Amino acid sequence: MLQIKDLHVSVQGKEILTGLNLEVNAGEVHAIMGPNGTGKSTLASVIAGNENYEVTKGEIIYNSKNLLELSIEDRAREGVFLGFQYPVEIPGVSMTNFMRTALDEIREYRGEKPLSAAQFLKYMKQKKALVEMQDKLNNRSVNEGFSGGEKKKNEIFQMAMLEPKLAILDETDSGLDIDALRIVANGVTKLKSPENATIVITHYQRLLDYIVPDFVHVMYEGRIVKTGDKSLALELEEKGYDWIKDELKA
Amino acid sequence: MAKDEQKIIGDVTNSDYKYGFYSDIETDTIAKGLSEETVRIISMKKEEPEWLLDFRLKAYRKWLTMEEPDWAHLNIPPIDFQDIIYYAAPKKKKELESLNEVDPELLDTFNKLGISLEEQKKLAGVAVDAVIDSVSVKTTFSATLEEKGIIFMSFSEAVQKYPDLVKKYLGTVVPIGDNYFAALNSAVFSDGSFCYIPKGVRSPVELSTYFRINTANTGQFERTLIIADEGAYVSYLEGCTAPQRDENQLHAAIVEIIAHKDGEVKYSTVQNWYPGDKEGKGGIYNFVTKRGMCEGDRSKISWTQVETGSAITWKYPSCVLKGDFSVGEFYSVAVTNNYQQADTGSKMIHLGKNTKSTIISKGISAGKSHNSYRGLVRINPKADNSRNFSQCDSLLLGDKCGAHTFPYIESMNTSAIVEHEATTSKISDAQLFYCQQRGLSPEKSIGLIVNGYAKEVLNQLPMEFAMEAQKLLSISLENSVG
Ligand SMILES: Nc1ncnc2c1ncn2[C@@H]1O[C@H](COP(=O)(O)OP(=O)(O)OP(=O)(O)O)[C@@H](O)[C@H]1O
Ligand SMILES: [Mg+2]
Repeated sequence: MLQIKDLHVSVQGKEILTGLNLEVNAGEVHAIMGPNGTGKSTLASVIAGNENYEVTKGEIIYNSKNLLELSIEDRAREGVFLGFQYPVEIPGVSMTNFMRTALDEIREYRGEKPLSAAQFLKYMKQKKALVEMQDKLNNRSVNEGFSGGEKKKNEIFQMAMLEPKLAILDETDSGLDIDALRIVANGVTKLKSPENATIVITHYQRLLDYIVPDFVHVMYEGRIVKTGDKSLALELEEKGYDWIKDELKA
Repeated sequence: MAKDEQKIIGDVTNSDYKYGFYSDIETDTIAKGLSEETVRIISMKKEEPEWLLDFRLKAYRKWLTMEEPDWAHLNIPPIDFQDIIYYAAPKKKKELESLNEVDPELLDTFNKLGISLEEQKKLAGVAVDAVIDSVSVKTTFSATLEEKGIIFMSFSEAVQKYPDLVKKYLGTVVPIGDNYFAALNSAVFSDGSFCYIPKGVRSPVELSTYFRINTANTGQFERTLIIADEGAYVSYLEGCTAPQRDENQLHAAIVEIIAHKDGEVKYSTVQNWYPGDKEGKGGIYNFVTKRGMCEGDRSKISWTQVETGSAITWKYPSCVLKGDFSVGEFYSVAVTNNYQQADTGSKMIHLGKNTKSTIISKGISAGKSHNSYRGLVRINPKADNSRNFSQCDSLLLGDKCGAHTFPYIESMNTSAIVEHEATTSKISDAQLFYCQQRGLSPEKSIGLIVNGYAKEVLNQLPMEFAMEAQKLLSISLENSVG
């Protein structure tokens, strides 16, 4: 589904991703961990198409398309979803209206008819239940005045609505209380299917108790430097990152 | 991302005015130019009573002594008042019984605008007094209104049928010498709407007028007079679009509103006149005097406007709060793009005790346009315990446009509370990225963000009108910003 080869990315002349390789197949869950500032969010942004980042070398192939040639919105319409580490507020635009517009655009791209108002509301209700989202949040403006945890839940709700093929969740677990964490993780698990794939970026192994990853990658200085299974996350939790740094130096 | 935004704004800024067409209805015009003779001809053509001719002549003589206002933030090319046709009316055919008899060309025009009379009648329950150029062509729903004693007709018709009412109120809110353009209008006004809601009556429908400027070189001088008698209520809608023309067209309307004791008038406008092309050529000059008089205790007047058109807009819907406990409101969204200039705002004059006013102004600037808010809140010495709240927000798209805020506050009563808030913001790259990541095109994203920004004002509009306004914002923001 996704092949990233020797990806180099700079922002304002500074190289942040320094030759990153990653392969993700349908049905898989990948976890990416790594110290602050190593480029995890940068990777997510580049996949989503954020133009602040300049790809200087390498390629990203997504479902045999050259992803780097697609516009931001076409990537989204092709099924790429980014759960933001810091979701922005859009004052005056209700969640309902936002999701309706997004879904209409995506369906149109896929040559599907727009849902009727009734169908849409029913669909939204189902998805809301999935993430145990409170009703009142839908009538509020996008993320405006949402608590940190509500914003994160809202990202998962949007993911549920848009049914992406490739979801990248950037620290969706930070700032969540233990119940919210369970809800978010269950939401992700329920949405999992053999056709889609998920990349979770996280600092905490506890998320991985709920979302069991097939692979755990460690990112350091703009590259993936170690890949393992779930036990790697446990090891990191216990020992921190120094031993990996040492290994690299050795 | 910044690059992208530039591109979007560029695209949007370059698209052409969607309603740029003009219909070819036979019109009866008089020669160009303005003189006492012109004023007399207009009055004669309209078969007006003597007092109205006197009113016009007085205004004309006053106008001769006045100077064109010179506003710091509007760049107005000199207007040649002798190069304007002051009277144009669709040629009178026989009285129309039904829509079938209406000029098909006219119906076609309405259809292009998506506001066919039929549709309006059926779907919206709106009585439409369609004004093409200067003479009302069709009034619908009059029967329903008549039953309630509501008078809603063209101004000229009202002059013939209810001269006493017209005489009693005309010029009482906007005196003939109020300002340069008001004096001009008072001298040469062609037609407009008249509306009277009798004591204790709530209008069962929203009264709506669609104005269009239709003849090349015709100055448009609308005159509207709305009166809510004691305890009466009406919601009044005015909307307009204009055909694309090469030459500048002057529009200097006057709207006067009077609300008696416990009376309420809600006045909503969606204005979409031809703003000029990408180089700023052509387009309507819109110099409008709109003022409401809260005459009686507990009366209320609210102005809601969505301004997307005109090359130059100069407009300050105002309220004089004379009655105790009277309320004045002003909600505005003004969009400027390309070389458009807007200088708009409101004046709230507090005279009575415990009077209250609210001003919510949302300016959106794109292209090389300039958008100014100019407002005055005056609390007179006797206006004990009066309150005003003003909020003026500006949203900038791109970095070549400008937003300016000029709030003037004159409080002569220490018990008054006047609050003013102002913000300036830009659509952020992060917001655009977020929307696009959810599958929205850049244009849709900007449209959505801008509509969200203007929501507080759009919410004030009646339902059907709000949807139309939203579309218009998106068009002028698809086509003008996003
Ligand atoms: N737009 C930008 N302009 C300048 N520097 C940037 C920009 N975006 C990211 N960086 C820098 O790139 C590096 C990687 O940032 P990134 O956000 O990808 O890290 P991260 O691994 O997600 O960190 P964290 O775990 O703290 O979320 C950091 O040094 C950051 O300061
Ligand atoms: Mg990060």
